[in-house]
Amino acid sequence: MISHLRTMWLVFIHLFKKKVTIEYPEQRVALPPRWRGRIVLTKDPDGGERCVGCYLCAAACPVDCIALQATETEEGRRYPEFFRINFSRCIFCGYCEEACPTYAIQLIPDFEMAEYKRQDLVYEKEDLLIDSQGKYPGYNFYNVAGLDAGVKEKGKGKDEEKPVDVKSLLP
Amino acid sequence: MTVMQHIWIVLGVLFVFLNIAAGLIWVERRLLAMWQDRLGPNRAGPLGLFIVLADTLKLFFKEDWIPPFADKWVFILAPAIVVASVLMGLAIVPFAPGIVVADLNVGLMFFLAMSSLGVYSIVLGGWASNNKYSLLGALRGASQMIAYEVFMGLSLMGVVMLSKSFNLTDIVAAQENMWFIVTQPVGFVIFFIAGLAETHRLPFDIPEAESELIAGFHSEYSGMKFGMFFIGEYLGISLISAMTVTLFFGGWLGPAFLPPVVWFFLKTFVFIGIFILMRASLPRPRYDQLIGYGWKLLLPLVLLNLLVTGAIALWLRS
Repeated sequence: MISHLRTMWLVFIHLFKKKVTIEYPEQRVALPPRWRGRIVLTKDPDGGERCVGCYLCAAACPVDCIALQATETEEGRRYPEFFRINFSRCIFCGYCEEACPTYAIQLIPDFEMAEYKRQDLVYEKEDLLIDSQGKYPGYNFYNVAGLDAGVKEKGKGKDEEKPVDVKSLLP
Repeated sequence: MTVMQHIWIVLGVLFVFLNIAAGLIWVERRLLAMWQDRLGPNRAGPLGLFIVLADTLKLFFKEDWIPPFADKWVFILAPAIVVASVLMGLAIVPFAPGIVVADLNVGLMFFLAMSSLGVYSIVLGGWASNNKYSLLGALRGASQMIAYEVFMGLSLMGVVMLSKSFNLTDIVAAQENMWFIVTQPVGFVIFFIAGLAETHRLPFDIPEAESELIAGFHSEYSGMKFGMFFIGEYLGISLISAMTVTLFFGGWLGPAFLPPVVWFFLKTFVFIGIFILMRASLPRPRYDQLIGYGWKLLLPLVLLNLLVTGAIALWLRS
């Protein structure tokens, strides 16, 4: 009996405790920078697409929500012809971001993606591409890659050795 | 009193109590939320009060489904009984001097009879649903009601002894000098516990017991029929609170700076709050614990209370 009354009193004084509710549309949830939300495709510092169409994100995706088709420019730089993410399937696991070798695909702290039509949840490349470098400012994949795709010449990259002349006998 | 005055009182009581019952949807949800460190419904209208409208509209527009295996007419009748019996019980409550629907000289008996009739809605609802969980709920409801009905009546006999009347107006008048909570504390506690069991509210909601019986006797009900059980439950809370106030807390009596009706409803709302607080804080006892508690502890206790009250009343008279 006494313990019951004590319980009731302890519950009663919760009336004056601070409430934990965040009144959402007026008050915003504080999302940490690494929060996994909407997926974006980022760009290089010079404005080129980072995505090289390697299909690793599509392979890593456990729900198969990523579809893309790689193609090439005349300079030999690969990019996706189309890049499609079906957000009605996406589970925001972030495996695509982990798999991406060029830091192109990134998950950002944004969850306000509600749509009236289910088809509107399928994002095409122009919906996904943002004009920003995302979490890795200053990074350009072609600066550290061996390939000359118009960003730097072969052998001019950081920590990159000159290409070996295979036709020479000298070491 | 003229006939018109009677009609006005009847309509007023109906209006006030049906609105209280509807308003309790909001009150309960807000209070429960507050006690769980949440805010509760606060979007629709000022302070979220329109949740009452939204809920009622939702109940009206839901499909009013009668299962093909149910006993149709009994199934329809059951939810009406609970509301009707509780509203009948409200007829004898004196809200203020002169404001009472039926000033019966056996008012207390009438209240006990009407609150016992409420069990029919549970039993018939559970039986007509033709569903094993509903039937189990109905069985539990019936035995709980029988167990708690016995000493609900007995716990009030102390009050009757002291006020020498079954008429509720007289009982309130007898508390002019001292509320019966002072002279009948055991009676009050037992009446309140029995009232809790009578309205089958948490923690004594074993006829419903979501986690074991899937809402028990009303698991087959939907739409406004379920709404009737819902409203009946809230009306039951209001009735038991009003009766507690009338019998033990001096009814409309109070300092003169507020009118008697206001005192009555203030006190009633305190008890409605306690009902909701008990829901928020106490766990549900096991079925056999509840029944054993009733027969083995509360019944002897109430008989002892009756004995002592009678002895003291006799001693004071001689």
